[in-house]
Amino acid sequence: MRGIFPFAAGAAIMLVAGWAGFPRAIYKSRPQPVDFSHKVHADKAGQKCEDCHAFRPDGTFAGIPTLDKCAGCHAAVMGATVAEKNFVEQYVTPAREPQWAVYARQPENVFFSHIAHVKRAQLTCDTCHGDHGASDHLLPYQEDRVSGYSRNIWQTADRVKTTRAAMTMSACVECHRQQGLEHSCLDCHK
Amino acid sequence: MIGPNKQIRAARYGMTIDVDRCTGCGACMVACAVENNVPPAHAGATDRNGITWIRVYKIDNGLPYPETRSAFIPVMCQHCGNETPCVHVCPQQAVDVDPATGVVGEMPQRCLGCRYCMAACPYHARYFNWWDPAWPKGMEKTLNPDVTPRMRGVVEKCNFCHGRWHAAKQQAAAEGKPDTEPVQYLPACAEACPIKAIQFGDLNDPAGAPARAAQSGGSFRLLEKLHTDPKIYYRSKRDWVRASANAPHPFAGQHEAGKENHRG
Repeated sequence: MRGIFPFAAGAAIMLVAGWAGFPRAIYKSRPQPVDFSHKVHADKAGQKCEDCHAFRPDGTFAGIPTLDKCAGCHAAVMGATVAEKNFVEQYVTPAREPQWAVYARQPENVFFSHIAHVKRAQLTCDTCHGDHGASDHLLPYQEDRVSGYSRNIWQTADRVKTTRAAMTMSACVECHRQQGLEHSCLDCHK
Repeated sequence: MIGPNKQIRAARYGMTIDVDRCTGCGACMVACAVENNVPPAHAGATDRNGITWIRVYKIDNGLPYPETRSAFIPVMCQHCGNETPCVHVCPQQAVDVDPATGVVGEMPQRCLGCRYCMAACPYHARYFNWWDPAWPKGMEKTLNPDVTPRMRGVVEKCNFCHGRWHAAKQQAAAEGKPDTEPVQYLPACAEACPIKAIQFGDLNDPAGAPARAAQSGGSFRLLEKLHTDPKIYYRSKRDWVRASANAPHPFAGQHEAGKENHRG
């Protein structure tokens, strides 16, 4: 009877550590270099996602625009926000590229073509990226300490309900299988 | 949206290699290694355990001088279309035949390194990584981002430069072409061949150069008696060259081109 107390205490400690501690410890969180507001830019700068996130002529996706695109407007401080002032002072004036952390960064053996999904399959950006384009702040980048990948690549709550927050192959395969477009490993792997 | 029952026109990518034109220069081997991130040979590598996805073999007719005649035969994965031996033996399902392209693809990340596929391959076209890849300082900047390097302990082989195939598909998407049609592209070896002895294309396209060459006289495949239906067609006007392709031990007693000069 006396032995049950240390056992229960030990089990309780381990459960707290496993449920509350471990999920926090496994991810390393860091803020994005600039507190960027998609919402402000969608209202004032570009109407469409591809105004900044463009395709190159060979079909590759340029991803996050480089500093010269930003400097086109932000050569000097335009607004009144602290974030913009910091951005101009720390990046535009010294011509230093911000080191954005890419939520959707893929493993090096994965080939993902944006244009095949956007132009051919007619998927809209928010199918995978949710309302990221209307967000006011960037989410902190939570890096899995084991795999090195972002915790959450889908910036949409719907996605996370049905699939895991991290990008898994099963999420890709699920849709490809539905579409009858699953042929071989090398469709997506390289 | 793409319909659920997507019908594609399948390609059957293949090559015709004109043995009579091949001078054995080895440009295809170099171009292949550069394209596919095959590292320089490890100091301990020999002809047996080095890596080259395409190997130019030298054969001769076995006659004494002055009747000696030699030929060069580039051998890469033959992309067998029938009962593909390596697919059958793989316990990891790391090898598959893409029904859309006919390419035998291998996933090094799935490979456990048992090397059954190497034993099963009648063409010795598969290579095992005995060492982790290493590039001389500075040379890692020349790595091709479209091809992932492989680690020690896995098997690798030719996949018709599928990094280029991906790029061609992406280009086709950018140009608004439908994805039901096969794309046209050129693997590194075919591009590098200075005398265009290697022709690459869709063998299902009867008007294409490789398909026509495969149907022409003097066309043969390696070890056709095994009925593996390889997609690499060779051509030669010389009878002894064609006969060597069905020898009980192909290239037995022959040696590799430039063996003294390079490893792997």
